[in-house]
Formats: sequence, structure tokens, C-alpha cells
Amino acid sequence: MSAVRVAPPSASADRWSPATLMPPWWRLYPSRILTFWLVELRKIRHDRTELYTRAVQPVLWLLIFGETFSRIRAIPTPPGISYLAYLSPGIMAQSALFIAIFFGIQIIWERDSGILTKLMATPTPRLALISGKAFAAGVRSVSQVVVILVLSAILQIHFDWNPLHLLGVAAAVVLGAAFFSCLSMTIAGIVLHRERLMGVGQAITMPLFFASNALYPVKVMPGWLQGLSAANPMSYEVDALRGMLLGTPSALLLDFGVLAIAVVAGVAAAAALLPRLAR
Amino acid sequence: MTAETALPAGAPPDERQLPVACTDLRVSFGTVQAVDGVSFSIAPGEVFGLLGPNGAGKTTTIRVLTTLIRADSGAVSVFGHDTRTAAMLVRHLIGYLPQQLSADFQLTGYENVWLFARLFDLPRGQRDQRVREVLAAMGLDDVRDRLVSTYSGGMVRRLELAQALVNRPALLVLDEPTIGLDPLARGDVWERVRELREETGMTVLLTTHYMEEADTLCERIALMHHGRIRSEGTPAELKARLGPGATLDDVFRHDVGTAIEDEEMTGGGRDVRRTRRTAQRLG
Ligand SMILES: Nc1ncnc2c1ncn2[C@@H]1O[C@H](COP(=O)(O)OP(=O)(O)OP(=O)(O)O)[C@@H](O)[C@H]1O
Ligand SMILES: [Mg+2]
Repeated sequence: MSAVRVAPPSASADRWSPATLMPPWWRLYPSRILTFWLVELRKIRHDRTELYTRAVQPVLWLLIFGETFSRIRAIPTPPGISYLAYLSPGIMAQSALFIAIFFGIQIIWERDSGILTKLMATPTPRLALISGKAFAAGVRSVSQVVVILVLSAILQIHFDWNPLHLLGVAAAVVLGAAFFSCLSMTIAGIVLHRERLMGVGQAITMPLFFASNALYPVKVMPGWLQGLSAANPMSYEVDALRGMLLGTPSALLLDFGVLAIAVVAGVAAAAALLPRLAR
Repeated sequence: MTAETALPAGAPPDERQLPVACTDLRVSFGTVQAVDGVSFSIAPGEVFGLLGPNGAGKTTTIRVLTTLIRADSGAVSVFGHDTRTAAMLVRHLIGYLPQQLSADFQLTGYENVWLFARLFDLPRGQRDQRVREVLAAMGLDDVRDRLVSTYSGGMVRRLELAQALVNRPALLVLDEPTIGLDPLARGDVWERVRELREETGMTVLLTTHYMEEADTLCERIALMHHGRIRSEGTPAELKARLGPGATLDDVFRHDVGTAIEDEEMTGGGRDVRRTRRTAQRLG
């Protein structure tokens, strides 16, 4: 082949100066996060099966668990709100959690398959790489928001369909998924092996789910569980979702504040452990 | 010789510095001394071969150079930039093909290269054209919109070359670019590298286990064993030391000797496993 045109451009000092090569951090981070977002969207487009299989579980929770428990009326709900309506924001957060926990496994797989090595040799700071991955988990989990909104509409659950609130719902789920994917990537950086991570992942997802307000109000929990729930970002996510979808009294500012801080801490922890995966 | 005239056309000003200067590098993993005092440098525009048996420390040396790991002591600079203090800049200057297969099989060829165009901060207006350019140069025009999972091993390796080239690196680092490939695909990869070299004069650091290929492609060679450089020179010089008619294979055997069997029993296992896994992925 004669037409190889990959020659460096004519010598220009500008092209090689650090300033030209590297955007300032306030452009670099959004740019990297956007990149990993777009890549995740591509992957979803190429393989939609996961999208469908992931939709099964929340549907089962709502249809079987939700319908049954509505009938027995075992769980007290705020006045005027059916248990099914009360449950669906919890299931939204739960299914996002299940997707996010998978990201640690993905990063180990990427390390074993050499993808991570090459990503880490690009001018992408560790924090930016982890942030990118975390928000990619967010993108994937937004699909669950859609599934549950559609299902809720079919089940005639009375949500607040204010578009601004729906945007807030997406934001809360993205933040939640970002945090839980960082948690998972942090554990990945500690255990380093896929099998071990699967074990740990399974061991923590259920407690995270049950030690939260996703299925039942905090006030029916025993005291020690209430303590756990207060330390569980999942509870704040669900509280925000309920507040925006059902109009129940909720501390939105606190909820988003806790989620944001959790994400920052999660990104920092996962990024700090990333070099262990690169060794 | 003034440094100015030694510059290949279109080279960045930083090439007045050596593309690679590595001084007394040491890296250990637990009790394994993977790199044990390695010093070498690569001149502008040179094709430099780092050879040696499994577990010699080639990949570890390269991983320090590409800022992936830190050395215990010693230093590497790339075009005068220290890999520890100017890691981001060094990464911008390098195109890196890791030993392991590293393309994302869940994406198309185009998307794989496009991802790297974004990660190297190519301006938006240039991205698409540059991605198509490098894909065409690697002969992947027709298959660029297919998922990489449908590619042959040779195509994957050429795709990874395209990824490594998309930022127009000043230094190309190829860690066993022909690993696991059949002879035809191997020849094809080397042909592309040779063309690139002729077109751009870019500096290349490569490792390979195929001595004939190193012989024809490399201008200078360092032979590593047990984390140290055993001999260094042009292929002709190395062969001449052993007398007339010697091949690079003979040089390899001479420098590495019978120790190679011990090596496979101890340190090399991890790499052999990785290589097998790579070979499996190649199918
Ligand atoms: N991450 C790691 N953890 C522990 N030991 C390692 C690690 N990476 C390399 N080693 C060890 O360091 C030594 C040098 O390995 P390296 O991969 O640099 O060799 P190499 O010359 O690239 O070999 P090959 O030709 O098989 O690729 C080997 O003994 C290897 O087992
Ligand atoms: Mg190697």
C-alpha cells in the first residue's frame, strides 16, 4: 500500500507544546466523562440483550412482590399512597444498584483482557478514568428508570410526571449508580480477582438493599437497622426518588448532598486503588 | 553532528532530546527482580529492538517507559520528559501496543480507534478524518464498521496499531506486535510498520521473539536476560562478534545460554499464561 498518510504534521512548536496537547482540567474531566458515556451508549446499542434481561428483575419485583404485599397491607405507607407506588422508586434504585455492582467485574475483565492497560497509557488521569466509568454505569442505569416508569404507567401508579422532576429522578439514579460502581471498583482494586469480587458483590448487594428504605419505611426497622440505613447512600437515593415521584415529604437537599459526597469519595477511593489493578 | 540536522522531517522540537533515555532502571515484584539495572538510549528515528527470553524484563521496562508502573530506582525520560514528573505529556508523545490483545471486542473497529482519538484530545474537527486515515493505512477500511469480535487475529493486531497511531506519536512502542499470529499475518504487520517508518521516520521501540524479523527490521538491538542487558549493538555488530555466518538466533543462544530452561520453570510462568490467554482470544 502506497497511500500511508499518518505522517506527523509539519514541525510546529505549537503542536507539541504541553498547552496544546493537554486541555485544562476543567475541560479534560467533562471530556473524558463524555467519552466513556458515548462508548457505553455504543455498547448498549450493539448488544441490547442485556437491556432486556435487566428489565426482567424489576418487573418481577413489582408484579409479584409488590402486588402481594399491597394485598396483605403489612407495610405502612404514607397516607394516600399505595404500597405499589411506594415500592417502585425503591425498585428503581435497587435495579440501578445491581447494574452498578457489575462495573467492578467489568474493570477486572478489562484488566485481564489488556483494555485497561491501554486506557491507562492514554493521557487520562486516574480520577478521570474512574469518573468516566462511574458515569457510564449511570447511563446504563437510566435504562432501568425508563423500564420502571413505563411499567408504572401500565400499572396506573400515580407518579408526578413533571419533566423537571423526572430529570431529577434520572440525576439521582445516575449519582446512585456512580457511587455503587465506585464501591464495586474499589472492592475490585482490593480483591483483584473476578471470582472473589462476585462473592463480595453478592454478599453486599442484598444488605445494601435490605438495610435501606427501598422496601419499607425506616420507622418500622429495629434501631440498629435504622442506624445502618442512615449510613447507606441507597436510602438517600430512594428518599429523593420518592419525594420527586410521589411528592412524599423528603429532604431533597440532604439527599443530593449525601449522594454527591458519596460519589466524590467513591471516585477517590477507586482511583487510589487503580494502580493495584495495573500492576 | 548538530542535533538540529539529525531531526527527521516534521519531528517535534523535543526530539532534540533523545526519544528514550533510560538510566540504571530497577523494578522488582516481591522477590522477583524483573529489571535489574538497565540503561540504554534510543536515537531519533531509530528502530530499536529489545529482545530476550520470556521473563527477561522487556515488558516491565516498557511499562515503566509508558508510565504504567514506577521504577524502584533509576529513571526513564522520553524526549527529555521524565516519566514520573511529566507522565501526561509522555503519554501524549507515545503510541503503545501492549503485549496482550487490548482492543475492545464489544465495539467496532472504527469505535475502538475513535475512542483513542478522543482520549488523546484530538480536536473535534479532525477526529473522524484521522480515524479513517489510520484505519485505511492499516488496511481496515472495509471492516471498520464490524464488531471487533468478528475480526481475525491479524486484523485485531492491525487495529491496535491503528489505535496506537491515531495521535501521531513521536515514539511508537510495540510489545510483541506479532504475538500469536500466523506467518502471513505476521509479515503483514511488519510490512505496515516498515511502511510507517519510511513515511514518517518515527522512532520505534519493539520487542519480538522472532529473531529473523528483528534482524531485518531493527537498526539497533539490546538483548536482555534476567533483567539485565547482555549485549547491545547493530544486528551486524552482534553477529560479527560470534564470527562469520552467525545469525541473530546464535547470538540469542549465546547470550541466554542454557539458563532458558530454568527461567521457564520459575519466573516466566505468568507471562506464558498471559500469552496463552492472548493466543486463545486470537482463536
Ligand atoms: N505484575 C507482576 N507481578 C509479579 N511479577 C511480575 C509482574 N510482571 C512481571 N513479573 C515478573 O517479572 C519478570 C519479567 O517479566 P516481563 O513481563 O517484563 O518479561 P518479558 O521479557 O516481557 O517476557 P515475555 O517475553 O514472556 O513477555 C518475570 O519473572 C515476571 O514473572
Ligand atoms: Mg513481555
